Amino acid sequence: MSIEIRGIRKTFGSFVALDNVDLDIRTGELVALLGMSGSGKTTLLRIIAGLEVPDTGTVRFHGENTTERSVRGRGVGFVFQHYALFRHMTVFENVAFGLRVRPRGARLSEAEIGGRVRHLLKLVQLDFLAHRHPSQLSGGQRQRVALARALAVEPKVLLLDEPFGALDAKVRMELRRWLRGLHDQLHVTSVFVTHDQEEALELADRVVVLNEGRIEQVGTAEEVYHHPASPFVYNFLGNVNLFHGRLEGGKVFIGDTALEVQETHEHAHPDANPELQRALVYMRPHNLEIDFQPNGRNHFPAKVKYINPAGPQVKVELMTDWGDRVHAEIAHERYRELGLKIDDEVYVWPRENKLFVYQI
Amino acid sequence: MAAARRSVIPGFGLTMGFTLTYLSLIVLIPLSTLFIKTATISPAQFWATISSPRVIAAFELSLSASFAGAAINAVFGLVVAWSLVRYEFPGKQLIDALVDLPFALPTSVAGITLTTLYAENGWIGSWLTPLGLKVTYAPLGIIVALTFIGLPFVVRTIEPVLQDLDAELEEAAATLGAGRIQTFARVIAPTLAPAMLTGFVLAFARGLGEYGSVVFISGNLPFKTEIVPLLIMSKLEQFDYAGATAIAVVMLVLSFTLFFTINTLQRVSALRLAP
Amino acid sequence: MAENFGFTNSKRVSRILSATAEPAPVRIALIALTLWFLALFLVLPLIAVFAEALRSGWRLYLAALVDSDARAAIRLTLLTAAIAVPINIVFGISAAWAIVKFEFRGKNLLMTLIDLPFAVSPVIAGMVFVLLLGVHEPAGAWLAAHGIRVIFAAPGIVLATMFVTFPFVARELMPVMQALGAEEEEAALVLGASGWQTFWRVTLPNVKWGVLYGAILCNARAMGEFGAVSVVSGHIRGLTNTMPLYVEVLYNDYQFAAAFAVASLLALLALVTLVLKRLLGRGESPEATHTEVESFQREAA
Repeated sequence: MSIEIRGIRKTFGSFVALDNVDLDIRTGELVALLGMSGSGKTTLLRIIAGLEVPDTGTVRFHGENTTERSVRGRGVGFVFQHYALFRHMTVFENVAFGLRVRPRGARLSEAEIGGRVRHLLKLVQLDFLAHRHPSQLSGGQRQRVALARALAVEPKVLLLDEPFGALDAKVRMELRRWLRGLHDQLHVTSVFVTHDQEEALELADRVVVLNEGRIEQVGTAEEVYHHPASPFVYNFLGNVNLFHGRLEGGKVFIGDTALEVQETHEHAHPDANPELQRALVYMRPHNLEIDFQPNGRNHFPAKVKYINPAGPQVKVELMTDWGDRVHAEIAHERYRELGLKIDDEVYVWPRENKLFVYQI
Repeated sequence: MAAARRSVIPGFGLTMGFTLTYLSLIVLIPLSTLFIKTATISPAQFWATISSPRVIAAFELSLSASFAGAAINAVFGLVVAWSLVRYEFPGKQLIDALVDLPFALPTSVAGITLTTLYAENGWIGSWLTPLGLKVTYAPLGIIVALTFIGLPFVVRTIEPVLQDLDAELEEAAATLGAGRIQTFARVIAPTLAPAMLTGFVLAFARGLGEYGSVVFISGNLPFKTEIVPLLIMSKLEQFDYAGATAIAVVMLVLSFTLFFTINTLQRVSALRLAP
Repeated sequence: MAENFGFTNSKRVSRILSATAEPAPVRIALIALTLWFLALFLVLPLIAVFAEALRSGWRLYLAALVDSDARAAIRLTLLTAAIAVPINIVFGISAAWAIVKFEFRGKNLLMTLIDLPFAVSPVIAGMVFVLLLGVHEPAGAWLAAHGIRVIFAAPGIVLATMFVTFPFVARELMPVMQALGAEEEEAALVLGASGWQTFWRVTLPNVKWGVLYGAILCNARAMGEFGAVSVVSGHIRGLTNTMPLYVEVLYNDYQFAAAFAVASLLALLALVTLVLKRLLGRGESPEATHTEVESFQREAA
């Protein structure tokens, strides 16, 4: 079931939640809506579900206009952030709910319903908890019940609102992988909302980055991470160092330092005034090299201020000549090789010229 | 979450429709009858009724007795609420539950019981008579009855505020050298003040309109122990509907003013739980 | 040991008390004052009702209760409550649903209007129905012409009772529904349930304790209302007296023991109400808090 979203606009009072959003989701895809709180991602998800009505715009499921259709008739499965399990029903009754409320003509027999519920509970590995109440389950278990409940009615589209937001780190990681596995098994078109960029990049076929009600970029994890279309996307996905500089003749000047810029890494804000030559320069910490000798081309001097060797890489904080802090991440071997200490004077440069310049 | 909510969760039309219809039939239309009836009374007649000495005496009595009852409840209600929230003592749970008795007990039962208790040869009255205190058929009796009726209002309004008081505030005051009384006066009392005021006004408003518990103990002597609700009742029994209406309208305006004051007080001090 | 007398065991309060305790004499004085005040105003009257009722012995007590007028009064009281309480429950659920689940202008006004009966003196509450439906009024005359007596008859009593007990269930349900939120209902809708199915299967089970609590308060007032009913009833023995009115009738007739006998039944009703209030008052919020606490513990583990 493909989803086609055109021209969606939604305001709450004077707050614009979504501003002219267009999006295409292909059948069987697992798509992440990624953004901060207030970016509009949850609103968009709820509009797809039919839990909110847009001010303008259309939503089509496989070509059929469903914008005006009530939430009941859309055939979507929705997994709420806080699960929204029916607290007075057992796990079994929760999952069976969607099947039991069907109109008499379309309803399966109790035996068939029972069979399907048990099948689903086995799928989410909770068959042994069928007769417990939600209050007796852990967060991760509740989440899986919510998923089973949504899947019971065989939805054409599965929507998940921050599915792992309320769980702690370890459980979250396990469930992430499990969900991906489930998706690969069932192939239901799925859209999930998250503010965790690691989650989006790890799970989704494609990532939709939202900011203040607009789509900043749509692409595979690789595309949005390595070829960000705007400073917001660059900033949001992964760690970043940000400097202010002057763009002139293919080079960017930060303080006294001149850095060469590849054209493909040069972008401009639509309202940018080229004469002012102002630019923002971004570099990722793990793309930075540190050495005691300059590399002859694109380096800048800095002094080591802080070292944190705990973690998969060593985090080094340095102070540049022009007064900015720089965060760098280097491998443990490299750190030992250099024998870095606080107050060491070194040279830093972006590996393979990986800088991102944005003219403003 | 404006119009969208409405169209997703069903039942707005049905529930609003029923709510408004029932509200109009049972509350709004009957109440408006009073004001419609008032319009049929000439202003001169209205004024004559309101300003007659008996009516004025009744209002004076109602207002002062309600004030006295509410004041007693404010003071003792604070003591009771404090003890119930902060201390342990035998029978505490029982006493706490009993505080709601004036809410639950029919007013005529309260009325005859209080009258019997405070009569000259009653359990309490026999103690007070030698002291020269006449309770039944005297204003003092009205105050006693109104104190009974208003008792839960102050206690139940103060209790949650006391329970939610942050222990750290008192500890901070103590570390800064404040004595217990100072801590109470400067730290605790200001937080309690809105609740006490709200409870006071609630008890006062309730006392103004109280009928059942007062009618037995007061004796209904005009100019002496006749409160406004009793006066209205007298007029109704004599079929002086115009007179009763005039007095009732004044009473109602007074009640509504107090009611809106209470609402504002509660909203301001965020005591209200409803959305 | 004596120092510990009068302190609660809860951790929070003992924190206050360990750092900032009132001196023991003060504590004891306050407790004593509390007990004295409540004994005087609450306990003594309660005991007095039963003492006076049994003053002339058990036989007269029971005779007073089986008297035909007494039985009529009991019947009328029960009938009134049986009509007023269920209708006000339906109203309460309906109003709470409309107010909590939707956004609309004038919501505060509506809530204030629902609270209005609390602001009206009982005598005035009864009086407005006389003004509206008395036989000398247009509406009343029309009804009388069709053989329907409202004022000075049972229907008037029921109407006045519905007025004074109007807000109870609605006021109880609104915070309960508010705290529950709309997510379970939304989930039900997404799963394909209709509005009614959602209400019956999801909402009602969640709010049933709130409804019950409101109903108990509503019932206590419905059975115990005196002032408003006094105005509309006409005090016709055997026909239009509820129990609270009958108490007055007996008392004014100097039949004190009988008056207290009937009063004692009402006092028992009050006590049952208090007990139920206490039981249910604990029953609703702990269920919600219990779930929150449990989930927090599970997630932290």
